[in-house]
Amino acid sequence: MSTTTASVATEQYNYGIVKKFAIMAMIWGVLGMLAGVYIASELAWPFLNFNIAEITFGRLRPVHTTLVIFGFGGSALFATSYYIVQRTCQARLWGGKLLPELTFWGWQLALVLGVITYMAGYTQGREYAEFVWPIDLLITVVWVIYFAVYAMTLVKRSQPHIYVANWFFMAFILATALLHIFNNLQVPVAWNSLESYALFAGVQDAMTQWWYGHNAVGFFLTAAFLGMMYYFVPKQAGRPIYSYRLSIVHFWALSFLYMWVGAHHLHWTALPDWVSTLAATFSILLLLPSWGGMINGIMTLSGAWEKLRTDPIMLFLITALAFYGMSTFEGPMMSLKSVNALSHYTDWTVGHVHSGALGWVAMITIGSFYHLIPRLWGTTLYSTKLVFVHFWLATIGVVLYIVALWVAGIGQGLMLRAFDQYGNLAYTFIETVSFLHIPYVVRAIGGAFFLSGMLLMSYNIYMTISGARQPASDEGRDAVAAAAR
Amino acid sequence: MIGDIFAWLGDMENSKPLALILFFSTFVGIILYVYTGKKRKQRLESYKDIPFMDDDELDPTHEKKQQVKKDESNGK
Repeated sequence: MSTTTASVATEQYNYGIVKKFAIMAMIWGVLGMLAGVYIASELAWPFLNFNIAEITFGRLRPVHTTLVIFGFGGSALFATSYYIVQRTCQARLWGGKLLPELTFWGWQLALVLGVITYMAGYTQGREYAEFVWPIDLLITVVWVIYFAVYAMTLVKRSQPHIYVANWFFMAFILATALLHIFNNLQVPVAWNSLESYALFAGVQDAMTQWWYGHNAVGFFLTAAFLGMMYYFVPKQAGRPIYSYRLSIVHFWALSFLYMWVGAHHLHWTALPDWVSTLAATFSILLLLPSWGGMINGIMTLSGAWEKLRTDPIMLFLITALAFYGMSTFEGPMMSLKSVNALSHYTDWTVGHVHSGALGWVAMITIGSFYHLIPRLWGTTLYSTKLVFVHFWLATIGVVLYIVALWVAGIGQGLMLRAFDQYGNLAYTFIETVSFLHIPYVVRAIGGAFFLSGMLLMSYNIYMTISGARQPASDEGRDAVAAAAR
Repeated sequence: MIGDIFAWLGDMENSKPLALILFFSTFVGIILYVYTGKKRKQRLESYKDIPFMDDDELDPTHEKKQQVKKDESNGK
């Protein structure tokens, strides 16, 4: 019976595209985090720039952010959304073999071209949207195909109700389309030039940039990964989500509130004060749906907390939710103008982003992949012990990282605005820079911990997939088929 | 006429309270829809089982608890 179920699932669903995206997510994850550890080390030990333009901090930084957000995160979202939409709609992915494949090759091509152009010194200079205009056009085409594949799979579903995880994925696809198009409205210098000018200017340009920037966090790095959470937490726990009704309120409140908060990145600038206040107010309101979602995820384990002692995948998923709760408390707090006056232009902001990016985004992805990959290949995980080791490497890495940057950022902020008894600045700028050295070293060590965990995961996944290709005994095949369900 | 409506909406002192009424009413409407009605509650909560519909991975303790709840509500 088990064998039949597994083979039927493989034939019914398009798992090939999910596998491809999952493998590329792992590869980009390792490369992106390696670039991150290297640039963190460059800040601590500047000689690592070696006077080679292509590997200086300014060029490698967008390589790092692009590879971890769009390479690792984006490929993981393609993989999990294609998997979840098929499983929850009980329908094969729309578009035959061609359209999903186009999204894969188009997305990977955009990433490769992005890395090459950044290292060659070509950038739009817009944070998290550094791709030059021809790559932006390629991404637009890929995204339209992605939307069509996803939406049409929902249309042809066998299941009458659309499960809430798909709502989050649809919000992510639609919002990302809007953000990508409006933030990348550029006038090329010439048709054969990679250089271009933004359509907007001055404070409007800054507004557009941060409307994009924060909603990239809200819809790409939050809503979509919540879609992942609403499927994989219940599946790994073996019990349904705590409250489906809470998930509905969570979805609508989060989708509505996120769109308004981008301007909190521009407090104390030329932006009108009322826009700043509006953004801060909505940022505070955002705490409620964020915590509602976190509680919904964590309470799914209600009555089965003992799983956290024995199941390292569950540890990853629940710790991710804890970090989600922590960073969605820290974010609204930092959006208050008085707190922002201290935190902005310091490394506290960088630490906050990483508590979300490593603690929430990476950990929920890692937990989901440990659940997903053995099922895709119809096998069991090579080593659960290695998952435990990975969990502790990742957790220690994140804690080292964010604590180091709290010290760096708060210390830096206090030094930059300290005055002596005569009203002069108490510290020179270079004194604030030398203060950062030790926290920067600790941050690089934290990043190295996280990266070593990713390398361990890559080994575990490689051995899992290799093991799946070995012929097994009858009993082995039954166990494998059971795992594939 | 339409010009007057746009002019009225263009005044922030009119559009701000209007937006507040529209958004707040929608929010209250969603809350009322989601949290009222016994049958609706049962229907909405039944959707949480969708991820498990094409396999049998449910935690046995959960199924047992659900059965106990059903028995209790049936007065057994």
